[in-house]
Amino acid sequence: MNTQFMGYKRPDGRIGVRNLVALLSVMDNTNAVANRIASIVDGTIAITTPFGRTQIGFDHEMTLKTLAGIGQHPNVASVLVMSISLESANRMADMIRPSGKPVVVLGLQETGGTLELTAKGARIATDLVVKASELNREKLPFSDLTIAVECGGSDATSGIAGNPAMGLFADRFVDEGGTIILSEPAEFMGAEHLLAARAQNERDGRRIVEMVKWFEDEAKRHGVDMRGTNPTPDNMNGGLTTLEEKSLGAIAKGGSRPVVETIEYADSPTKRGLVIMNTPSAACESMTGLLGGGSQIILFSTGRGNAIGAPVSPTVKVTGNPNTAQAMVENIDVDVSAIITAGESRESAAARLWDEVVKIASGKLTRCEILREDQLSVSRWAPSV
Amino acid sequence: MENVMVINEKDNVGISLSNRAAGEKIAAKVGGSMAEITLADDIPYAHKFALKDINRGEKIVKYGEIIGLASQAIKVGQWVHVHNVESIRARGDKK
Repeated sequence: MNTQFMGYKRPDGRIGVRNLVALLSVMDNTNAVANRIASIVDGTIAITTPFGRTQIGFDHEMTLKTLAGIGQHPNVASVLVMSISLESANRMADMIRPSGKPVVVLGLQETGGTLELTAKGARIATDLVVKASELNREKLPFSDLTIAVECGGSDATSGIAGNPAMGLFADRFVDEGGTIILSEPAEFMGAEHLLAARAQNERDGRRIVEMVKWFEDEAKRHGVDMRGTNPTPDNMNGGLTTLEEKSLGAIAKGGSRPVVETIEYADSPTKRGLVIMNTPSAACESMTGLLGGGSQIILFSTGRGNAIGAPVSPTVKVTGNPNTAQAMVENIDVDVSAIITAGESRESAAARLWDEVVKIASGKLTRCEILREDQLSVSRWAPSV
Repeated sequence: MENVMVINEKDNVGISLSNRAAGEKIAAKVGGSMAEITLADDIPYAHKFALKDINRGEKIVKYGEIIGLASQAIKVGQWVHVHNVESIRARGDKK
């Protein structure tokens, strides 16, 4: 079992598995420019949000915190921040600068039109990529990484193959001193008592139950039966009947170790071990929160097939469904369906996954990266005004 | 290979790991000992069937945990899914 990988050391001491130049658009206005520069400058990635204007209070703070967290992310070597004006761009840049990495700022109104901003931004991005490419990978402890576990497009195989294999990976990773983040508490519903019982302190145990209750109360407030929304129609086609059933399979991906901490959306863990982050169960929103919190890698189990990936953090697609492994072959990084079809032990599948994740941490590309399956969506807590 | 899975001894449903037709006989572990079950419905891949007769309102158990309630009586070998099981949780439709 390999316990070291080749990664990048950042000025703030954190370690990265990628060396990207982020083109961070603070609000809707500069998204098109960020995407345009990303399409012409290799080595960059656009970080955009369709919102950002006239957000208020907690909702606004969360958007800024999440975007700044992505700017600070250790897989990012440097950042070009763009916004409608220098005022909002500088505010974001100031939130990213404590990470010690190069941050350059451009305002649309101060630069000229969007073509002017594209040209100027592309030249700056090119220089940033040249500088980033001078950084070298070095040997680092694999367990210094924070790895998030996700699932999507779940079916009945998720709970018996994909998620348990990832759960064994998670246990080994925690035993080595690493940090695993399990998110999406709505999908603990019906299984939250099992997680709460594993909390290292009472406060976190209570918090796990509260997180789930908040989502359950939302369904009640809207007067709906959550079934049909969660489990989704494709979950149900795949043999999952209720959210309780889906949850019992979903929590398996976090393994079996004690819960050492509960954190909110886009927060970074302060402890090592199994950590729970409060995120909505839509994978894109959840992964965006995980990026904001600095997870360097996301392991993503799917049953029926869900192709979504995150930008910045390589998203490793794992399936235990042999039909999906064939039908969506270009999207699957690790096929553990032999657990079902050939009697492979979950331990053996978890060991294969470990080897693959070490390789990916060291630079091997994921299917999501190659196919640019990289969606981003910061959650909203209130309407814009 | 039987391709049937029962996760926990407490479970009253099993999982079919292939598409099966009504009338097929399968062997499954029920409460820890092997039993022969004749499937009463077609069971799609990875879907559930009843390991025993289940009364209306009785708990459906998988992973040794409650996953819902039977919304109608279910006979051994029948397909167990959304048509005969309801969620207990997040029922905003039930005031």
